[in-house]
Amino acid sequence: MEAVLGAFLQLLSAWFVLAFLLIVLPSVFGATLGISELYLRVLVKILEWATLRIEKGTRKLQKEKVKPSTSNVIIQRDQTTMEKAIAGLRCGDFELSDVFYFCKKGFEAIVEDEVTQRFTSEELVSWNLLTRTNVNFQYISLRLTVVWVIGVLVRYCFLLPLRITLATIGVLSIIVGTTLVGKLPNGETKDWLSDLVHLTCCRILVRALSGSIHYHNRENRPQRGGICVANHTSPIDVIILTNDGCYTMVGQSHGGVMGVIQRATVKASPHIWFERSEIKDRHLVTKRLREHIANKDKLPILIFPEGTCINNTSVMMFKKGSFEIGATIYPVAIKYDPQFGDAFWNSSKHNILSYLLRIMTSWAIVCHVWYLPPVTREEGEDAVQFANRVKSAIARQGGLTELPWDGGLKRAKVKETFKEKEQKIYSKMIIGNGTSSSGSEDLG
Amino acid sequence: MGSRASTLLRDEEIEEIKKETGFSHSQITRLYSRFTSLDKGENGTLSREDFQRIPELAINPLGDRIINAFFPEGEDQVNFRGFMRTLAHFRPIEDNEKSKDQNGPEPLNSRSNKLHFAFRLYDLDKDDKISRDELLQVLRMMVGVNISDEQLGSIADRTIQEADQDGDSAISFAEFVKVLEKVDVEQKMSIRFLH
Repeated sequence: MEAVLGAFLQLLSAWFVLAFLLIVLPSVFGATLGISELYLRVLVKILEWATLRIEKGTRKLQKEKVKPSTSNVIIQRDQTTMEKAIAGLRCGDFELSDVFYFCKKGFEAIVEDEVTQRFTSEELVSWNLLTRTNVNFQYISLRLTVVWVIGVLVRYCFLLPLRITLATIGVLSIIVGTTLVGKLPNGETKDWLSDLVHLTCCRILVRALSGSIHYHNRENRPQRGGICVANHTSPIDVIILTNDGCYTMVGQSHGGVMGVIQRATVKASPHIWFERSEIKDRHLVTKRLREHIANKDKLPILIFPEGTCINNTSVMMFKKGSFEIGATIYPVAIKYDPQFGDAFWNSSKHNILSYLLRIMTSWAIVCHVWYLPPVTREEGEDAVQFANRVKSAIARQGGLTELPWDGGLKRAKVKETFKEKEQKIYSKMIIGNGTSSSGSEDLG
Repeated sequence: MGSRASTLLRDEEIEEIKKETGFSHSQITRLYSRFTSLDKGENGTLSREDFQRIPELAINPLGDRIINAFFPEGEDQVNFRGFMRTLAHFRPIEDNEKSKDQNGPEPLNSRSNKLHFAFRLYDLDKDDKISRDELLQVLRMMVGVNISDEQLGSIADRTIQEADQDGDSAISFAEFVKVLEKVDVEQKMSIRFLH
């Protein structure tokens, strides 16, 4: 019995030493051994092979059954505006057929709408050998099944324990590290050490996700005294960005492990955590952000102006708060490659732990980060217009659809005012003398 | 249907829906996945709230009436079968459907059924007549607070006057059809479903 226990302990210590030497140590220096690159290259090959197999398999199926859908688009929406659709040839006056326009719009929204689908995971065109994506892929071939089983074994029996080990090391060292650094008197040494701890721990955590991150245009990296705004897919966005430079985080205070991390890090670096009661107080938030910006020695602030996680296919409305402050804005676009795992956190369906478990049992997190040229508010531009301009730039760069809707719709109902806006447009058409106004404004 | 929302659609069900609505196999499976994603209660049926959660529908001035069309009298749940039956009104009329099959029942997406669907949006009390009040209600929904009662009243009066042929100060379905004679109902009341 003791021998077994001894062997187990030896194995465990060997495991930790290996993890430490191969992963933690390189993280401190920001070096890489190229293991994850190799892993990804093999993975890409396997997935390519699987795609070919599946295509072959479905072609066989097609003969007897139905064509598999290659995309999940159900309808082609009619983009005609209300003016065009209703007014047509006439100007003014109500007609019984005017309801047709609203009916059609309504039914199109029922079949397929722009907003709600962004709050659920993106569906893939081809299966990536993970069970949870694409329910409708069934048994295709023996070889594919064997590969899938091997994949499950590798992911759950090797990768998962390794990743949990790393994540634990990462989280513990950020808590211990920042607490220790926090004891130092304020000054350059403290800031330098704080940055080092943040960077190292994020590198470890990125490795815990098998993250492969491609940073583009690093000359545009956010500078001190600025605000970095990015599109938001998941809490791990923070790790992805901090892996390449330190930020001052802004957010709501949490409980649990997150709370412990937040309380520790704030000792070393001036992150801005708000109590739940404070976050609603816009003036207070703006004031604290302004104070931070005023000091040009402080790290750039990182903000996700969408305010909620979107499934990485679109960018939704940017809340104007961060654009009112008057600081230089550094836009960042983050695009995950869904082939290797779904990075989106569907917070209404999964809690953070089961989300992390899903991430850690996926193949990898592969993503691109684009640093866009810094922008400032132009003369005569209000905060909303400025926010929209930045949003468009991020959407364009990341290849994401730009939506005027508010991400808050994930939980809240749409405001009555937007219906009123539609009614106003329509009213103008039937009593006005054909004067048309633009029908597309911000919705949210 | 009740408790088997998460399971896949049975083949015979698909066949039945296909026959009833004219949707293709892949359209039905795709619409089924849409149906289940709207079904937040995960009980195989949709409630009014499930519909109202679609923001683009919630801002539609006639959103409530459209949602209503999915629910038979007195019911507050609709299953996939019923959902598809209502959606079928908006299926475009295909070329091979134009030559009318005299034997079978009229397809749900025929011009007349499309018109009937629109008519029922107005005819709240289902007496097969659009009264002045019913017309005013729909008008009010579409214009909100932007037009005065007086103005709206005269719009309603004019509309009824133009349509009314038998002098009962209401619009019957036949009169409704007559007014919309020249309107391209087939195009305006159809959604381009992909195959």
